[in-house]
Amino acid sequence: MLVNVLFYVFGAILVLTAIGVITARNPVHCALFLVAAFLNSAVIWLLLDAEFLALTLVVVYVGAVMVLWLFVVMMLDIDVAKLRQGFTRYAPLGALIALIVVVQIGLVVYVRNLGLTDTAAAAVNHPEGYSNTQELGHLLYTQYLYPFEIAAVILLVAIVAAITLTMRDRPGQKVQDIGKQVAVRAKDRLRIVKMDAETRQ
Amino acid sequence: MIPLSHVLLLSGILFSLAVAGIFINRKNVLLLLMCIELMLLSVNFNFIAFSHYLGDLAGQVFVFFILTVAAAESAIGLAILVVLFRERRSINVEDLDAMRG
Repeated sequence: MLVNVLFYVFGAILVLTAIGVITARNPVHCALFLVAAFLNSAVIWLLLDAEFLALTLVVVYVGAVMVLWLFVVMMLDIDVAKLRQGFTRYAPLGALIALIVVVQIGLVVYVRNLGLTDTAAAAVNHPEGYSNTQELGHLLYTQYLYPFEIAAVILLVAIVAAITLTMRDRPGQKVQDIGKQVAVRAKDRLRIVKMDAETRQ
Repeated sequence: MIPLSHVLLLSGILFSLAVAGIFINRKNVLLLLMCIELMLLSVNFNFIAFSHYLGDLAGQVFVFFILTVAAAESAIGLAILVVLFRERRSINVEDLDAMRG
């Protein structure tokens, strides 16, 4: 029962923070609301027995990706007032579409669930000493090894793409010329001086 | 025990809020990207709920990959946004009409 209460409480907070994300005036507040939404989702994922992913969400998303977001939001000098023109004009349309989507999803969920109200009973009760992280790691490194490596390559491509996109040449920038460095010989850098030994004073 | 349908409905509400966000913040590229993050989060909810109720960890593996791709997506998206702002001094969608025919 406590699980249920926690689910509804954190679910309600999650919906409120999501509303905050889409309505806040300041983009920094939007990013902070998004952080709160991720934290609440992590709690709900914990309630659904996905411990590893919940912690990953907090560490990777809140810890890394959202910090990147905040950096970018604060770096850009955005004219918020101009960007918010037409906000109230499109708000009814947005609300209408959101309502339609909710009703559609609700109908699908309700109809598929009709007569199957006890789906929850199918949930597995794990034995003592069960480790979600260990099981997930076992799957990832055996059955899903190739997708896992492709994911690693995707991350590498993302790093290269993000760096090449944002790197720029400024005048007077100090850069290495690798070709010149490799082509250098000892005589370019080192001068050997022949001289007599100094006599003791 | 949390009923499966309630988790799915929560995910649906989250997704539709993100859709509404795309409509009402349609001028701000930054907020559009944030709404996409919110959508990905709500999709992950579905995967985790079904993984829990079917006792099948494959759903969680999928969430793992979605998180990876979403992180890559937001990194590249933000890089493009920074370059765009450097070029145009604006992130207003209406100013991005250079390729209009």
